[in-house]
Amino acid sequence: MSISISNISKSYGEVTALSNISFDVKPGELFGLIGPDGAGKTTLFRILTTLLIADEGQAMVADYDVLNDYRSIRKSVGYMPGRFSLYQDLTVEENLNFFATIFGTTIEENYDLIKDIYVQIEPFKNRRAGKLSGGMKQKLALSCALIHKPKVLFLDEPTTGVDPVSRKEFWEMLKRLQKTGITILVSTPYMDEAALCDRIALIQDGKILEIDKPEAIVKHFPKSLYNISADDMYNLFVSLTNYEHTYSVFPFGEFVHYTDKRDLIDTAIVATYLEEQGLTDVQIAKTQPTIEDTFMELAK
Amino acid sequence: MMNNNVIQVENLSKLFGDFAAVDTISFHVKAGEIFGFLGANGAGKTTAMKMLIGILSPTSGTATVAGFDVYKEAENIKKNIGYMSQKFALYDDLTVKENITFFGGIYGLTKKQIDQKRCELVEELGLQEVTNSLVASLPLGWKQKLAFSVSLLHEPKIVFLDEPTGGVDPITRRQFWEMIYKAAHQGTTIFVTTHYMDEAEYCDRVSIMVNGKIEALDTPKKLKENYNTNTMNDVFLKLARG
Repeated sequence: MSISISNISKSYGEVTALSNISFDVKPGELFGLIGPDGAGKTTLFRILTTLLIADEGQAMVADYDVLNDYRSIRKSVGYMPGRFSLYQDLTVEENLNFFATIFGTTIEENYDLIKDIYVQIEPFKNRRAGKLSGGMKQKLALSCALIHKPKVLFLDEPTTGVDPVSRKEFWEMLKRLQKTGITILVSTPYMDEAALCDRIALIQDGKILEIDKPEAIVKHFPKSLYNISADDMYNLFVSLTNYEHTYSVFPFGEFVHYTDKRDLIDTAIVATYLEEQGLTDVQIAKTQPTIEDTFMELAK
Repeated sequence: MMNNNVIQVENLSKLFGDFAAVDTISFHVKAGEIFGFLGANGAGKTTAMKMLIGILSPTSGTATVAGFDVYKEAENIKKNIGYMSQKFALYDDLTVKENITFFGGIYGLTKKQIDQKRCELVEELGLQEVTNSLVASLPLGWKQKLAFSVSLLHEPKIVFLDEPTGGVDPITRRQFWEMIYKAAHQGTTIFVTTHYMDEAEYCDRVSIMVNGKIEALDTPKKLKENYNTNTMNDVFLKLARG
């Protein structure tokens, strides 16, 4: 196993950040840790990268123990923290050189690994890191995390606050990187990115809700799910919230996602109810749950 | 002449040196509308928004917000709008109660009005247990809901929301949008930026900025038709890199 976590717990005073977490990440796997702000993702990253000591439990990274072999782990992993942590006063090239040097290597030695990413920022190599745009900072941080050819790469919310186009490009980059055999643990609050991982763990309030392949995780959704639309979204939402048979109702893009307390439902009856509430153009159709639906159901 | 546009922008530009961060944009926002202001990082959204809220003077063009001119009446604009962003919303080292009192004071509410608003707000958000807790100790989702309510304290005509839901969990994100719908339903105009494309679908109309210009502006339904896609995400991907 590239990462092996058993029964890890961590509290800050009375706040439990992680509660009895266990899972494994296989060599070469792209594993996603999916959960909102405050779920405990960063705490777990810090424990696995030996920057924080767990209260309980064991963890191995690249076959080294996080407590006893922390020096070996630091040489074997790359870590891109959620907050930009490069030297703002050094240029792009100086930052990269610095990280290569402290890991006892050179840019030239591992240039192949970062080439794909670094060429995009190379035209700005003499610019100070602090003056880069968000997207370029992200690419530089990834280059610095990779320059010593780590076995395991930790990416803590690399795409938070990043627009959909840049997010897509970032994930295409990760997929190419994965082909070199590196193991990647990545966290994100964006549920659509979960579908791009080999396996995902849904995490909330320091607990793992479910671990599975993205396409399998939606099978944990226990109910029939319906797309409902009508002429007035607000009225539709309020009407369904007040409906006696409603089990759950969430806005979902152009639709409302609806589940019913009853096992079998006649959609015509629901439509009639909605029309009685003054709604027109009511459309109801069964739909497949997404990872986000599953997350919300499990997180309830 | 009377019209019901609460934001009216004509050929607005902002240059930094010879770089046009905002390049002759024109649009209007109607009263009570939920207007989505989208664009890639660096497209010029923040610069445009700063001009509209009266903290950055345009290079050229005209704009009125809540009936006030952005060049000459910026102070009046500030009194008539609410604003929250992910980066700046509330003071972390003040309590919930202190934040409400502080912002109520800034917005010129009387002590009596502030007390009344605070009770309503605490009740509505279910914050009774934490009124004397530091905002820093609240979960992000609570903070963002509180910040939105605080931005509405002085019953502004328009509220500007700059990525209000970034990193927020999916359930709270939706509760946040329920609050937005409710405020819009009561007549408040909502001007909102987001990187979540499902949220773009919740807007009445959406504009997409690319390299300082508005490349598209329509209802989500029309945009999807025009770009022949099923989702706003695909519309965005088609547009945002030209």
